[in-house]
Amino acid sequence: MLKLEARAEPSGAWTYASPLLALLITVLIGALMFAALGKDPLKGLEMFFWLPIHNAYALGELLVKATPLLIIALGLAVCFRSNVWNIGAEGQYIIGAIFAGGIALLANADSSRWIVLPILLAGVLGGMLWASITALLRDRFHANEILVSLMLVYVAVQVLSYLVSGPWKDPMGFNFPQSKTFEAATRIPRLFDGSRVSIGVLLALLSVAGLWVFLFRTRAGLALQVGGLAPAAARYAGFSSRKALWTALLMSGGAAGLAGALEVAGPIGQLTPYVPAGYGFAAIIVAFVGRLHPVGMVLSAILMSMFYIGGELAQSRLGLTKSLTGVFQGLLLFSLLACDTLVNYRLKWQTRGGR
Amino acid sequence: MTTPRLQLTGITKRYPSVVANSDVNLTVMPGETHAVLGENGAGKSTLMKIIFGAVKPDAGEVRINGQLMQIRNPKDARANGISMVFQHFNLFDTLTVAENVWLGLARDSLDQVRASIVAKATEYGLDIDPERPVHTLSVGEMQRVEIIRALLTRPELLILDEPTSVLTPQAVEKLFVVLKKLASEGCSILYISHKLHEIRELCNACTVLRAGKVTGVCNPSQESNASLSRLMIGAEPLQLQHRAQHAGTVVLDVNGLTLAREDQFGMDLVDIGLQVRAGEVVGIAGVSGNGQKELMFALSGEDCRAPVGSICMGSTDVSALHPGERRQLGLHFVPEERLGRGAVPNLSLADNLLLTRTDSISLPKFAGGWIKVRALEQHAAHIISDFNVKAGGPRALARSLSGGNLQKFIVGREIDARPRLFIVSQPTWGVDVGAAAQIRGAILALRDAGCAVLVVSEELDELFEISDRLHVMAKGRLSPSLPAAEATVEKIGEWMSGLWDVKVQQHLAELEASGANAAACQPGVLHAQA
Repeated sequence: MLKLEARAEPSGAWTYASPLLALLITVLIGALMFAALGKDPLKGLEMFFWLPIHNAYALGELLVKATPLLIIALGLAVCFRSNVWNIGAEGQYIIGAIFAGGIALLANADSSRWIVLPILLAGVLGGMLWASITALLRDRFHANEILVSLMLVYVAVQVLSYLVSGPWKDPMGFNFPQSKTFEAATRIPRLFDGSRVSIGVLLALLSVAGLWVFLFRTRAGLALQVGGLAPAAARYAGFSSRKALWTALLMSGGAAGLAGALEVAGPIGQLTPYVPAGYGFAAIIVAFVGRLHPVGMVLSAILMSMFYIGGELAQSRLGLTKSLTGVFQGLLLFSLLACDTLVNYRLKWQTRGGR
Repeated sequence: MTTPRLQLTGITKRYPSVVANSDVNLTVMPGETHAVLGENGAGKSTLMKIIFGAVKPDAGEVRINGQLMQIRNPKDARANGISMVFQHFNLFDTLTVAENVWLGLARDSLDQVRASIVAKATEYGLDIDPERPVHTLSVGEMQRVEIIRALLTRPELLILDEPTSVLTPQAVEKLFVVLKKLASEGCSILYISHKLHEIRELCNACTVLRAGKVTGVCNPSQESNASLSRLMIGAEPLQLQHRAQHAGTVVLDVNGLTLAREDQFGMDLVDIGLQVRAGEVVGIAGVSGNGQKELMFALSGEDCRAPVGSICMGSTDVSALHPGERRQLGLHFVPEERLGRGAVPNLSLADNLLLTRTDSISLPKFAGGWIKVRALEQHAAHIISDFNVKAGGPRALARSLSGGNLQKFIVGREIDARPRLFIVSQPTWGVDVGAAAQIRGAILALRDAGCAVLVVSEELDELFEISDRLHVMAKGRLSPSLPAAEATVEKIGEWMSGLWDVKVQQHLAELEASGANAAACQPGVLHAQA
């Protein structure tokens, strides 16, 4: 009989091995799934794990998708580490995109390239504003931040839908619910010719460094995490829980808003009802698979981005549904949670009769 | 020769990191009151759980009345005449005494249970009204309910786990009368404790455990405290030097501190008045749950709703200041909960320094300041060596330390800050004898250096040992102070029931009448006063 036995101390080795084992299990189950769908498993896995990285262009696309995931996840990590459960990054992302889009729509043919700066800033402010509603309700009325932030996602979707089919609809757009295409000046500067990789990647990497410093080298970062790990200790130390709540929600809202701005003023180039692509939700998985650690989240964002691209490839090349992306995301999170058991427990064979 | 009631041979129980019991033998004769003595973590609780069927041993045998037994669960144990009264009571607050007892004896009707409670209560002098809801009972009364419940199963062996830790000295006396009567009727009693004088008064046999092994079997009435503690810890505890000293200026001045409870299970503070001077140790005695926790929250600033002017440090009114601001004025506080309040379990010792210390923080303007990692670790290492903390180093997680070592670290962290006012709650709870002596020594050294010290403790011995003056807390009120030299166990015990003035009596009577809260500790004494 297989038995779980509590470890005296969490295993250091398994902290790192568990995500790898989870990935392996995800790959194996994925292969079985392709076989069950009547496709060659190797071919299927190729879509998800090889084609997204097989040449420079593909790598570029990988980064394009990984950037918003990483930026949102970095913000969420601050929330989750301080025990504030912001599930509504998707909504903050949408409002960020709307604010950025609003500035972008003001531009005309003569606008300078510097307009990108106010666009990004507007995105950040939009995300912060949306997150601050959650913070306010939690702070003043003890409303549950999980429910509030999640429900605000659907409000944000409706706000976007209203704007693109009403006041901001493109008059030349054949009545499609979308804004006019933004001016060229508003486009987020790209890093290389022939690739869609933009300065967003640099912003994301800067944020990684910034978050690492904040979490592990500043007293405010430590105070925030103490509030998450042991609220009574934070109270004893005199770290304000209200301040932590606001800081965490404003940081993560701002990050999600920034990601929204980078997307609409980057790859999308206009406001459409398809701006919300589920990055805000996928970023929750990115944050946890990356162990809420800035560097870990870089790796998990890239992995999650592979799933996005793989899903699209499976649709166009194998005729499978794009929802496979979601299936792989779910599989990975599920296996990771299962494998994490091994961090605190060890497996033991037990012969009958012993106990 | 009679057969032993209970005989354990070669009991061994291993956990992944520790051997809780190693080859333990224990023999309890009928009618014997047998003490199991040992420090925290010596393996007493594991052994009792094995006897009661809550834990299975890896090796060894259990014989009851000479018969080899496999006790699989507590129900099995009760069927074999074993009952246990746990340290933490298992009672439903919203049910009455009778209903609580009935839950365990579903075969009888509620009326039958009521009758048998009254019968047992009269037989053993365990005064209790079966119709009272449990939430109106005092801790001592709750324990009586637990004992009656245990007695109703007609046990041949009664296990009591640290039964006196929640009782006033008078209630302890009453309990001992009951236990002696039980023993005289042939019931065997296993009495778990680390209080030497109780064991010497009550028990006629004693098994001493140290680090999971039996270090001695003796008759405690023929041993001295010193010889028992040698068996228990392998050494005699340090004798403390309490030097006479003139108290200086008033450092902490509490006046008319009245504060409504923060949560519904708390205690309202009523008109607390208290002064602590430089160079003296003031002790607050009392059974836990009488407002000590609330008072500590108000003094430390964790609860800063205190009325304006009610708490002053020197001439500064600190009643509305936050913990950090009070700390800057020189107030350092050690709370009773170590893991989760005094320290964050999943952070390293070095990071835990940052809860209350800012010595390793620079650039105070940006994000609360920059952490100088090397300075921080050196600081932590310094405290670890100064206070003799057994730990893997500054990077060891707080939860990897034993209770005593973590307490030494936390006390060290606060003392190292050279406080002007040092407040400590339950300084030696769950701490082994050696570490406890060291902590008490450190507190006295702080006093001799001119610091004002306030100690809250449930252990009277400890308070008598280190305090210059004593207060008693009961039902959210604080007694006047008494020089330690004039305090006696009897007097302090009376005061623990709130019997120091008329106003408290009225307060208690109101409580009784409204039934809003746990009632008086000793209804018997109350009636006498009325």
